[in-house]
Amino acid sequence: MAALFLTLIVLVSLGLGKYPLQLGDILAYFSHALFGGGALDPARLATLHNLLVEIRLPRILAAAMIGAALSASGAAYQAMFVNPLVSPGVLGVLGGAAFGAVLGMLLDKSWFVIQSLTFIFGFAAMGVAVGVASINRVNTTIMLVLGGVISGAFFTSLVSIVKFAADPYNQLPAIVYWLMGNLSLVDRTTTARAGIPICIGIAGLVMSGRHLNALSMGDEEARALGVNVNRVRLVVIVCATLVSALTVVVAGAIGWVGLIIPHIARMITGPDNETLLPASALLGAAYLVVVDDISRLAFSSEIPIGILTALVGIPFFALVLKNTRKGWN
Amino acid sequence: MALIQAKHIAFGYRGIKVLDDLSLTIPGGGVVALLGPNGSGKTTLLKLLLGILRPQEGTIHFRDADISSIPSRELARHLAYVPQVHREAFGYRVFDVVQMGRIPHTSFFSRYGATDMRITREALERLSIDHLAERTYTEISGGERQLTLIARAMAQGARTFVMDEPTNGLDYGNQLRLMDRIKSLSSEESFTFILTTHHPDHALAIADRVIMMRCGGIIRDGLPHETITPYALAELYDLDDRLFAIQTNGHAT
Repeated sequence: MAALFLTLIVLVSLGLGKYPLQLGDILAYFSHALFGGGALDPARLATLHNLLVEIRLPRILAAAMIGAALSASGAAYQAMFVNPLVSPGVLGVLGGAAFGAVLGMLLDKSWFVIQSLTFIFGFAAMGVAVGVASINRVNTTIMLVLGGVISGAFFTSLVSIVKFAADPYNQLPAIVYWLMGNLSLVDRTTTARAGIPICIGIAGLVMSGRHLNALSMGDEEARALGVNVNRVRLVVIVCATLVSALTVVVAGAIGWVGLIIPHIARMITGPDNETLLPASALLGAAYLVVVDDISRLAFSSEIPIGILTALVGIPFFALVLKNTRKGWN
Repeated sequence: MALIQAKHIAFGYRGIKVLDDLSLTIPGGGVVALLGPNGSGKTTLLKLLLGILRPQEGTIHFRDADISSIPSRELARHLAYVPQVHREAFGYRVFDVVQMGRIPHTSFFSRYGATDMRITREALERLSIDHLAERTYTEISGGERQLTLIARAMAQGARTFVMDEPTNGLDYGNQLRLMDRIKSLSSEESFTFILTTHHPDHALAIADRVIMMRCGGIIRDGLPHETITPYALAELYDLDDRLFAIQTNGHAT
């Protein structure tokens, strides 16, 4: 059901843009591309190919992937820390990853170096957040959020150093624009390169759902249920941090998605992580594709998607916070 | 072949010994009750017997195999932990909580199958809580939660149940109902129960064997009616004559 809904949103989004296409055109193009058949005028075919495959599809797929990655990792972090207030953004992972990416761009432009640095610094940022939280063990829920704030602030200031050092005419505007959270720079290569590890990471999270349920009952109980607690925790942390750091490589820091979508999904499916994690991923994908459509179309010039997710997300989060007890407790 | 055999085990937290040179053999079958004051090491002993903690000295064998050599998934199919009722978990459905007992029967890459569903449903029926299946675990009563956790232990396929103060936090009626349930499960289906309790009268009512623990060691071990004597209780809980009179007369003399 949810997957069907997502496919529909993707198809509709393919038609939207400065050059609107009918659903019939899209279906005709894909049936031609996949199965041969169908009579299409060659010039028209070239236009459709350019619009759909070169421009719109990579971007829509990237939006879906990023939405899924942020939402699934947000849901996984929330389950693992048994804490409704955490997300990749709140834990500082996006901030750390942004620093890693900026550093990578400055040092070496190779894809592998940039990806590795975002992951390493995303991971380091989460380590800082958890480390700060462990200083005071009285109120762990709030302390972890505070740890994330501190970690995020730390890496934001490191990013500022890089900005300060960057060439103000070429590098600086690019960095600032990208940091706002932006899908306009996405092309086919980026989507493909980040897509494979992101999909593997999301699959790893979805498969850990059952074990996350047991883990949320407490370590000792999980161990008595035959769960290898340390291994599950490692898989979840590595997968969640990897996918959320990679979204930063593709499109900068897009906040709030990883916090809100898991809550909405939990209201729909309940807290059972075996269904919650895939539901979050699908819902997040659909949400980000729609928000990206708005960012492309709503105004005469494009607004960075990170600004929109924050503007939509914050009031929505206030609402969610009010009703969160239902799904959470 | 003994079910569980602990030989000369010792365990401590940060250098402070909680258990010291403790040996214990549990042949299997019946209800074994552990009695002892707070801090006597009862809960630590349970966690060691479950393989959650590893003894720092000595060995624990489960059916003649060293417990640390048994993979935790394999062990979980035979030996189940029924923890004290918790309140801080997510609001899972009762069905989901019981289904967690199927985790040791599924691999990391598989999902729950039809067999897991059936066994979960059977476990709910055997404890007569199938009407609660769709309810939220955190919203049912303490007694119902304890039954849910026992159902989960059953879904694990285990025949040995380790329970940490099962009657804690239950009202008087639910305490009696729960004990009756434990007694009938042990006598009719020959499950083994190893449980801790703060109520000597509960041990008298349902236990087949009583083990008294004090300061990390076993001080008495035997049949309930022979072991639970006024003198033994006074020694176990440090009661003087005046305090003891409250228990026997209902008021201090």
